[in-house]
Amino acid sequence: MDFKFTPEQDKFRQEIRDFVKKELPPGFETGVGGHVETDEEWKVARAMTKKLAEKGWLNIGWPREYGGQDNHMFSVILNEEMNYLCAPGLDFGGVGMLAPALMKHGNEEQKKEHLGRIARGEVVWCQGWSEPEAGSDLPNLKTRAVEDGDYYVINGQKVWTSLAHHADWCFLLAKTNPDAQPKHRGITFILVDFKTPGITIRPLVTMAKERSFSEVFYDNVRVPKKNVVGEVNGGFKVAMTAAGFERSGIYRIALALRNVDRMIEWSKKPQPGGYVPAKDPVVRQKLANIYIEGRISRMLAYRVAWLQSQGLEPEWEASVARVFGSEFQQHSAEVGSQIMGLRGMLMKGSKWADEDCNMALQAMLGIGATIAAGTSEVQRNAIALRGLELPRG
Amino acid sequence: MDFGFTQEQEMLRTSARDFLTTECPPELVKELAEDEKGYKPEMWAKMAELGWQGLAIPEQYDGMGMTFLDLSVLLEEMGRAVCPGPFFSTVVLAGFAILEAGSEAQKKEYLSKIAGGKAIATLAITEPSASYDAAAITVEAKADGDNYIINGTKLFVDNASNADFMVVAARTRQGKKAEDGITLFVIDGKAPGITTTPLNTIAGTKECEVTFDEVKVSKDSVLGEVDRGWPVIDRVLEKAAAAKCAEMVGGMQAALDMSVAYAKERVQFGKPIGSFQAIQHHCANMLIDVEGSRFITYQAAWKLSEGMEATMEVSMAKAWVSEAYRRVARLGHQIHGGIGFCMDHNMPLYFKHSKEAESLFGTADWHREKVAQELGL
Amino acid sequence: MDLDFTQEQDMLRNSARDFLTTECDKKKVREIEESAEGYSAEIWRKMAELGWQGLMIPEEYDGMGMGLMDLLVIFEEIGRNILPSPFLATVALGVPPIVEAGTEEMKKDFLPRVASGEVILTLALTEPSAGYSPDCIKLKAEAKGDNFVLNGIKLFVEFASAADYMVVAARTRSGADPTEGITLFLVDSKSPGIKIEPFATTGMDRQCEVAFDNVSVPKSSVIGEVDKGWHIIEKTLKIATVAKMAEMSGGMQAILDMSVAYAKERVQYGRPIGSYQAIQHMLADMFIRSFTSKNILYEAAWMAAEGIDCDAKVSTAKAWCNEAYKKVAEDGVQVHGAIGTTRDHDMGLYYRRAMAAFPTYGDTEDHREVVAISLGL
Repeated sequence: MDFKFTPEQDKFRQEIRDFVKKELPPGFETGVGGHVETDEEWKVARAMTKKLAEKGWLNIGWPREYGGQDNHMFSVILNEEMNYLCAPGLDFGGVGMLAPALMKHGNEEQKKEHLGRIARGEVVWCQGWSEPEAGSDLPNLKTRAVEDGDYYVINGQKVWTSLAHHADWCFLLAKTNPDAQPKHRGITFILVDFKTPGITIRPLVTMAKERSFSEVFYDNVRVPKKNVVGEVNGGFKVAMTAAGFERSGIYRIALALRNVDRMIEWSKKPQPGGYVPAKDPVVRQKLANIYIEGRISRMLAYRVAWLQSQGLEPEWEASVARVFGSEFQQHSAEVGSQIMGLRGMLMKGSKWADEDCNMALQAMLGIGATIAAGTSEVQRNAIALRGLELPRG
Repeated sequence: MDFGFTQEQEMLRTSARDFLTTECPPELVKELAEDEKGYKPEMWAKMAELGWQGLAIPEQYDGMGMTFLDLSVLLEEMGRAVCPGPFFSTVVLAGFAILEAGSEAQKKEYLSKIAGGKAIATLAITEPSASYDAAAITVEAKADGDNYIINGTKLFVDNASNADFMVVAARTRQGKKAEDGITLFVIDGKAPGITTTPLNTIAGTKECEVTFDEVKVSKDSVLGEVDRGWPVIDRVLEKAAAAKCAEMVGGMQAALDMSVAYAKERVQFGKPIGSFQAIQHHCANMLIDVEGSRFITYQAAWKLSEGMEATMEVSMAKAWVSEAYRRVARLGHQIHGGIGFCMDHNMPLYFKHSKEAESLFGTADWHREKVAQELGL
Repeated sequence: MDLDFTQEQDMLRNSARDFLTTECDKKKVREIEESAEGYSAEIWRKMAELGWQGLMIPEEYDGMGMGLMDLLVIFEEIGRNILPSPFLATVALGVPPIVEAGTEEMKKDFLPRVASGEVILTLALTEPSAGYSPDCIKLKAEAKGDNFVLNGIKLFVEFASAADYMVVAARTRSGADPTEGITLFLVDSKSPGIKIEPFATTGMDRQCEVAFDNVSVPKSSVIGEVDKGWHIIEKTLKIATVAKMAEMSGGMQAILDMSVAYAKERVQYGRPIGSYQAIQHMLADMFIRSFTSKNILYEAAWMAAEGIDCDAKVSTAKAWCNEAYKKVAEDGVQVHGAIGTTRDHDMGLYYRRAMAAFPTYGDTEDHREVVAISLGL
């Protein structure tokens, strides 16, 4: 057994930190998963993506035959470091989801058209999967794709589409056979150029006042048949490949680890009046405990990454890492509220708010952690049914 | 022993709920969070017509002469509606301070103004140290002839930006103990030298920084006895904590009701999600928390209403309810999934409310320490 | 990075599991628990034949010369099966001080006899204050000619009743720094003046009070240097904590396996209880607790085995495993329902051990404090 990272991995980690220090404007910070809010911030994010691509880091986890370095561990380390530093630039949708799906299920033409541009950070992709009636129950999606000559005509509504308002393209799941049983056998994975007429994007505002995602309405959107990835009605399998590349959940964990470190630093500072939270036994226990949760979360994520780096596909094991890590993210913000007391209610930028340690925002972001990308309940189902092989109800 | 509410209390509850459903719907609550004033003067006036501001003010000061327990019922409904505004600061914080320690003349002047909805007020206790301990009071009031000169900074002063007057705790003397030498003053909210800056809080509540720069107040503005203000503050803070718990119970109940309703209608995998045992147990756990919180809150409120010693019960309630509301809000969000995460949904109102309420008038940890002390540990 | 055990370790695990399954089924466990000695001399002998007692003893002293990770594997299996025995006391508490700091003569004299199973060891560290910090060591050792005279009381000495020799931590000098002035002695249990009394414990693990009344021990029984024993204790405790956590990990696995199996077969309301989401999610959580405990334990043990500075990591693991094992045990009983609370059922064997394990070598708060200190708080 060996829990060490290799010298190369340690070196890479440091290189990433140096890179961010050099390339990112000082004090620039993203939200969860690299979210940026304003147009200026978006420009910075795009510039970072290009720079990552220039360094060959953007797609470092891809197989060599597609221009990557076949280094899954490196891609997870990059993910951790960038998210810990709240630095934008990584491409979750294109590099992390669509590309692996294309590599496994796409035809030569599709690979040729899209992979190069994704690798160079030239295109922004968004994921059109969830719908108002298809949250946890994704196969229940209703967006229809109807054949019309060389096209599919798409009608429907997607929701929770991150980056929709910046996206050039979308990888969409649509129903091509509404009568299929089980439902997932009637779904097709199709690539949609967002310049196609009939697409309306309506940003949603989260309770954290961020425009993190949008509703996207498809009104007779005509998409060429050649944009279908894999088989018609075989789209769910393609989607599972797309969802299977990043299984560790490290980006949330990295953000939460940053929370913990911020809280530790904050607690060492004497407050007005002289109280030093770090010397309060109750605070010490809470911080030690959340730190412990963090170390375990991180190692669980790397365990998943390590298994993947050996070509394995940990499924329910990844659920363990994801549910534990997302609950750690939530707990980290809760601890913040508890130890900061009244100060915990101050929003970033408020007078008297700590510049660096803002748990009010993190508390709100933490709420989404156990819901997005597979709720805690769904993850536990996977552990129980597939891991422990308990009988279905 | 009687765990029930009286008929009058039930009527108060029903009428309050009806009023707030009409006058303070969630859309308005969201608007007011972004509004500079943070409340609607028309609503304030209507509340006064109903006698709400004066509910627990004795009749001789134009109030309704009802009890703290009655007020708690009203506050529970206000919490259920997440009703923003200066009601709590005026009625609970300033109102009880004046009722507790005011001279006959002060009570006549200020309490009737409050009861009539003619004055908005608040209480300025906490400072940048954000602590509710006596030692945390460092704002100075120096005697100067017929006046006092006040200097220093108060923080987290609820609705100071709207206040016509403030009850301010300042240190008039360095005593042997921190509790000695604190004096309460009733001060015009716009007195020269006072600068009020609203803070940006998670729920948009008008918690403010208030700085005092050579603020001159006459000796007549002393509330109660010079140097002996702390016991008054202590009792008002206990009432405030219990009252906040009542508000929190209302919020928790609303979150529970909303979540159960959603669980019944939201269909995934061909069934309402409320038919999945995991969701059922979430709802059950929320109910357990709501019921437990209600009981522990009303136990404290009843004792306070009866004029009994209630330090232990108040701290138990605030410690418990602070954490219960956090759990309930989180589960409420978990049940609602993605839509609850959106700004225009109502669940965030309760989550944000819980985040502020959990530390107002003492965090769970602070109150647990008080319980430990009460236990003689 | 490589998170697998080696092939040899897997083989060691399999053979350990087979051995324990054959030699010590649950009926035997109960017999041994109730017996006077609290362990089986016959099983002890067979363990020695397998080389277990000599696992971490260098080959030159007739041991197997293996490492901490190998020891961990054996202890996981012991925890999974349950084996009441002075094994942990001997190999994790008694052997390490001798290996670390004993003279060549002492090593030659004792270690082969430990490896052969002839000599049983333990560590007498804690006293009535029940703490593991250096200031808790008050038992006096006074130099008198060629001897030291020991006076005082040790409490919670594991299997002192079976031990032939005890490593005794005594204070030879008092000073400002409690880590200075502690000396370890290898003491014959049958020395005049020693009185050993086992008491009944939840874990039925023969924890004893050992009273020292003018016990005279030769200078040659000093392990390492006079006054400089504390760092040996620290190293030993680290090994013992890893061993104990490995036992806990094995216990959690056993509970999980048992509970999953029961949930699949127990039918209520026409279906296996494991088909109810509440039970499914409870078992999923038990798995998560067990799995996370394993992972942090392996990381901590690996660091200790590699000689990497790991006080904080070991404490991280112990704090985590403490709470995990307790909860897994509680939930294990819950899944089994009423039969889980009976004496006949195996759940009780594990539940008791979970409760006994968490304060051993430091409870959760103690270990969190170590982590807090490591964070510079």
